[in-house]
Amino acid sequence: MDRKQAKSIIEAMLFVSDKPLFVNEIKGVLEEFDSCDIKDVVSELVREYEETQRAFSIKEIAGGFQIVTDPVLAPWLKKLYKTSGSDRLTGPSLETLAIVAYKQPVTKPEIEAIRGVNVDGVLKTLIEKNLVRIAGKKETVGRPILYGTTSEFLQYFGLSSLKELPNLEEFHITEKDIELPEHLKEDQKDEVNQSSQENR
Amino acid sequence: MSYKVKLEVFEGPLDLLLYLIKKNEIDIYDIPVASITEQYLEYLELMRMLDLNIAGEFLVMAATLIHIKSKMLLPLEEKEMLPEEEEDPREELVRKLLEYKKFKEVAGVLQDLEAERKKMFTRATVLEVDSGEKFFEASLFDLITALTRVLKDVPKDIFQEIIKDEFTVEQKVHDLLHMLVEKSTLQLSELFAKAKNRLEIIATFLAVLELIRLKEIIVVQKKSFDEIEVMRNEKHRLRVERIE
Repeated sequence: MDRKQAKSIIEAMLFVSDKPLFVNEIKGVLEEFDSCDIKDVVSELVREYEETQRAFSIKEIAGGFQIVTDPVLAPWLKKLYKTSGSDRLTGPSLETLAIVAYKQPVTKPEIEAIRGVNVDGVLKTLIEKNLVRIAGKKETVGRPILYGTTSEFLQYFGLSSLKELPNLEEFHITEKDIELPEHLKEDQKDEVNQSSQENR
Repeated sequence: MSYKVKLEVFEGPLDLLLYLIKKNEIDIYDIPVASITEQYLEYLELMRMLDLNIAGEFLVMAATLIHIKSKMLLPLEEKEMLPEEEEDPREELVRKLLEYKKFKEVAGVLQDLEAERKKMFTRATVLEVDSGEKFFEASLFDLITALTRVLKDVPKDIFQEIIKDEFTVEQKVHDLLHMLVEKSTLQLSELFAKAKNRLEIIATFLAVLELIRLKEIIVVQKKSFDEIEVMRNEKHRLRVERIE
């Protein structure tokens, strides 16, 4: 099989797939090609779509590739499907997700310590939506459940991986641009170290 | 109704504090505890008056604020007697607020990502976009279960009252369609809760069944035995609009 044919096949697979397509899934179909070749072909397609200014592009989502439409076209597509966009996540849901995403694997009391409020309901909704999963149990007294994000989480926010999330340190400074007082800085550092140790 | 909305606005005590700090344009590192405590308690009182379900955490925070306030009122020489690390009684609260604020801002970033992602359509996205939550239609048995549950809760003595026959199914059908114009989703339990007696509950129930039959509404559940929700049947409406 020549490269041109392989490219058509990969393009067709991307076209029909309703979820991000992984390189090893493509490899399962095109056995004679290795991961590098496949990635090359995909990048070629990505470039082609960009250069020819198509209504869609290939986006890297949750570690796979998926054809998505240009966001500019959203108003018309929304009309076609009459979507209201009312199914957005609520503030509390987003905050809880943010904490889970950065602190994972994390226990419920740890999330509650940050949010200052009970998260039973929110956590349940997030698990039902498959954005958060049970990632195991913490080896401490009572073996509390640990929570983490799912690949559905990455898909939902259009992220290729968790690394794409903004650096948490960037959020240390308030809008007033005030430097943390020395004594607070020390404490914060300690806290960060502690929690990262707990994560491990 | 205000119950749910309000809780989503403030959610927790830290939210309320950040809100007050922002509203008063206060420096988060130098919180005037006395005035913030006063305002915090005012809001708590308001929430109580509106009959909102105030979480226990709000009261714990109120106690913390009052505790900090009293510590700050201590004369200087007594303050010196306190252990070194407790120099500023506000310190721990500030740290908590900053930590929370950080994640609140990240939540904002996630919200932007969500909005951006929702603009990108993919194959078979339609079903996902239509209802972010996964629903399935409730069966007649689910509805009857819900009805019997409500009827069981109706106080017995009400049945002995002489009730004028003021509730007709037609009227209820009409009311329901009107309610669904204002709100796309209604909880079945809240519809029943509005009913004053057994007859009205039954009239409401029959109206729901009639509208299901006419394909005007659908009744869904997020999972088995969960709360039943009544929604307009968008698919039906779309079809009608397209034919027109």
